[in-house]
Amino acid sequence: MKIIENIRYAESHEWVSLDGEIATVGITDYAQHALGDIVYVDMPEVGDEVTAGEDFGAVESVKAASDLYSPVSGEVVEINEALEEEPGLINQDAFANWIMKVKVSDPSELEDLLDAEAYAKICEE
Amino acid sequence: MEENLVKTCLHDRHVKLGALMSPFGGFDMPIQYKDIPTEHNAVRNNVGVFDVSHMGEVRISGEDAYRYVQHIFVNSVEGAADGQIFYGMMCYDNGGTVDDLLVYKVNDKEYFLVINASNIDKDVKWIFDHAEGFNVNIENQSPYYGELAVQGPKAEETLMRILNLPLDEIAFYNFKTFHIDGEDVIISRTGYTGEDGFEVYGSHEFTIRLWDKLIADGVQPCGLGCRDTLRFEVGLPLYGDELSADISPIEASLSMFVKLDKDEFIGKEALALQKAEGVKRRIVGIELEGNAIPRHGYPVEVNGEVVGEITTGYRSISTGKSVAMAMINKPYDKLGTEVEVRIRKKTFPGRVVKKRFYEKNYKK
Repeated sequence: MKIIENIRYAESHEWVSLDGEIATVGITDYAQHALGDIVYVDMPEVGDEVTAGEDFGAVESVKAASDLYSPVSGEVVEINEALEEEPGLINQDAFANWIMKVKVSDPSELEDLLDAEAYAKICEE
Repeated sequence: MEENLVKTCLHDRHVKLGALMSPFGGFDMPIQYKDIPTEHNAVRNNVGVFDVSHMGEVRISGEDAYRYVQHIFVNSVEGAADGQIFYGMMCYDNGGTVDDLLVYKVNDKEYFLVINASNIDKDVKWIFDHAEGFNVNIENQSPYYGELAVQGPKAEETLMRILNLPLDEIAFYNFKTFHIDGEDVIISRTGYTGEDGFEVYGSHEFTIRLWDKLIADGVQPCGLGCRDTLRFEVGLPLYGDELSADISPIEASLSMFVKLDKDEFIGKEALALQKAEGVKRRIVGIELEGNAIPRHGYPVEVNGEVVGEITTGYRSISTGKSVAMAMINKPYDKLGTEVEVRIRKKTFPGRVVKKRFYEKNYKK
């Protein structure tokens, strides 16, 4: 299982990387592996407000849908449109194939999230 | 893992093959070995084998076996030849469904019932409780039998070669009993995939030996994940989704299996009334525009008003379309009706279609 250093993780298996006031959000390698082949990503729309800890969409395998929870609050400024045609990109590389970019309203929210080491422990449990 | 889950005789094979295991109907069952599309396509295009040893088997024998089967079964075995099989349901007095099942006619005095794993205890009690006044012997043989389903266009060739038996002589929805290695093995040309194939019932030891031979021959092991996508695509119901204690066979759009011209059977009055007066809702197909996937329980709306709900939905592996079966109130069940399916926070447009999303490929 792949885990990347220097980004933050939610216990619900999303990752977030902050660059200035723009947070990039995706699901982890652990999550994509647990889901199996992803056949659909339900993404928010640009302009939507997302709230930390609340759902903003879903990823779906053949068998089931899993809600996505935003690790940060703010406004969606971009979605990864490539996933509309090719949701399986997430299975190929969950960290390269992000889902949304959010202009964060409160960067300090990231401090409540897990670092790579703490997230790795959760995945081992 | 939940306690008290039953393991089939092939459980350790599944674990060794690396299957994703999950509880189903009280059993710890393989959902997938590799991935659902690979296993699904193996059955559509080649051959796959399923461990369906969780299914229940009940043998009814005795002087009144025929009359008793007619009493509890909404389909009719009247005039059937020995070796014929019938699909149908057992119903409650109110027309709700106890279970859907296969009835194998051994002869007039002996029938072999194949029931759903999740309903074994309930069904066996129901069968015993309604046998008063009938001279029948009822035996729950579920613990004895293992069952494999070998399915796909190459099922016949593969199974005939491995067992060295004239399975091409078995017609669709018929069975034969073969004496193999000192035991009776039942082989029927039946399945739950919409493809040609066989279901094989034998002892655990026989089932394990046959499984090992099929796997060694390169047959794709298939889990319950693709069993559901395959049956769904050809419009076959699953008890718990399209049939239940609250859903009658008429509401499930399965009235062709209800023989109201029979003298009597449990549920006849209620089902006859439903047929005569029409039902308020029924199972239909829905095809969605776009890629969102409808799932069991999602609401179906017309003009913002809920008119039904999804019973099973998938992105069809064979056609790539987002399709579902749904229980829809009349008059919105008409073919072509435009509906919206609520998927989380959004609704997606779709329309009512026939509940067969892929053509069956039976060898009849």
